[in-house]
Amino acid sequence: MAKRKVQDPMKYACLIYSDEKDPGANPDPQSEAMQPIMAGYMSFSEEMGERIQGGEALMDTAMATSVRVVDGEVVTTDGPFAETKEQLGGFYILEADDLDSAIAAAAKIPHAAMGTIEVRPVLDYSA
Amino acid sequence: MATLVGDFGNLSDAEDAAQDAVEQALTTWPDTGIPSSPGAWLTTVARRRSIDRLRRSSKGAEKTELAARLEQRLTEHTAFGGESAMDAIENETLLRDEQLRLLFACCHPSLRPEAQMALTLRSIGGLTTLEIARAFVIPEPTVAQRLVRAKKKIAGAGIPFRIPPDEELLPRTALVRTIVYLIFNEGYEASSGTDLIREDLCHEAIRLAGLVAELTPDDPESLGLLALLQLIHSRSTARVSPSGDLVLLADQDRSAWNPVLITSGTTALDRALRLERPGPLQIQAAIQALHCQAPTSDDTDWEQIELLYRRLTELQPTSVVSLNHAVAVAMARGPEAGLDMLAEPELASALASYSHFHSARADLLRTIDPVASKAAYRRALALTESEPEMRFLERRLAELG
Repeated sequence: MAKRKVQDPMKYACLIYSDEKDPGANPDPQSEAMQPIMAGYMSFSEEMGERIQGGEALMDTAMATSVRVVDGEVVTTDGPFAETKEQLGGFYILEADDLDSAIAAAAKIPHAAMGTIEVRPVLDYSA
Repeated sequence: MATLVGDFGNLSDAEDAAQDAVEQALTTWPDTGIPSSPGAWLTTVARRRSIDRLRRSSKGAEKTELAARLEQRLTEHTAFGGESAMDAIENETLLRDEQLRLLFACCHPSLRPEAQMALTLRSIGGLTTLEIARAFVIPEPTVAQRLVRAKKKIAGAGIPFRIPPDEELLPRTALVRTIVYLIFNEGYEASSGTDLIREDLCHEAIRLAGLVAELTPDDPESLGLLALLQLIHSRSTARVSPSGDLVLLADQDRSAWNPVLITSGTTALDRALRLERPGPLQIQAAIQALHCQAPTSDDTDWEQIELLYRRLTELQPTSVVSLNHAVAVAMARGPEAGLDMLAEPELASALASYSHFHSARADLLRTIDPVASKAAYRRALALTESEPEMRFLERRLAELG
């Protein structure tokens, strides 16, 4: 594995998991209940500023199609890769100095209180 | 070692360098004698060796850069070096801080506890993989794999080598204390009196507890941990008979207790209590201090110990604490009172597979109901894997006839 220089900031993917069937964590987008969650994300993105390098919210797993190639043939299945209690609902790519800063940032993502944020360092091919 | 990690920002390279230095120490010191500041000597040698090695294998700008950085450190070191007392103190402080940085990286919450313990012992305690494997009674390849994985994560995920900033210091220190306590327990619980490596675990845990207490002098729990470990360890020699068997607290030769550890443990506890923020570690240390203060087993202040356990159950409501509380109640007010507490269904089912629960019941039942007592000893015997513990329980059974 390539060694990075100590001073280089790293990039981390913060993968946001929560139970999409839980109305507390994932209310109807038009509903009242959505307001505080949206406000939470707004203030998160304001606070993080340029450290947010990218990210998207995802439609729910009912919209997902899983694709794999088996013996040269494309096989598609309805649904997510794995049925789990919490599903990937969105992600951020954040810049952070080290894992501690990344964890501190992940803890501020509103869904950290309603689900789980997986913090994964992004592989840097240029290093 | 910790100094070297600071240089390299990388555990594997630093380990290689340290190994080189230790090898050289082993060949040189027998002739030249141990230098006045062995730590600084090792660091210097490790740096020199690394420069050599980097030049030999130098490929890419990174390695050249690293070699240059090491050389600079070495020059600084020699420039300020020498043997004056000030330098020695400075070196020691530097060494201490760097050990702490390494300790916080090894005990990072993103690693598993078993990896945290292994890494701490390997990187700060200097134990070999084989020694760690023996201490935890697990196969050496398992330890090796744990270490490799953890080191990869430290490098890959960007776990920083630093003492956490103030706002994170409290919870991170609490985690370090847990790991240090676990290391101590592994050493202490497993101790058979012949296995020196486990004794090593206790000593290393006490040393680390001292480092942590120095870093966080305002955190009474850090002082509490140091006190607790020193007080427990003060009895380690008396706890094991010459044949390697366990000796109960009541039967121990109290003159064999280590007075130096008792004094420093009590001092640390006093300092902690003066901060007037009691916590579970301080209470446990206070209980140990009461044991250490009793000139004979009969003089033990069980009333006070029982009160402390009651407070501990409030702060740390675990079934093992309740078990200890019940034993203290039995000592203060008679076996029936203790047995009543142990008969509590929730506690009994939580501890059903815990051998100490059954041996404690057996002890309390001895005079009241020898048949039930023997049954409980047998159950304890079936649940333990520790050989000294087995021999002890068999002896207790035999005494009941």
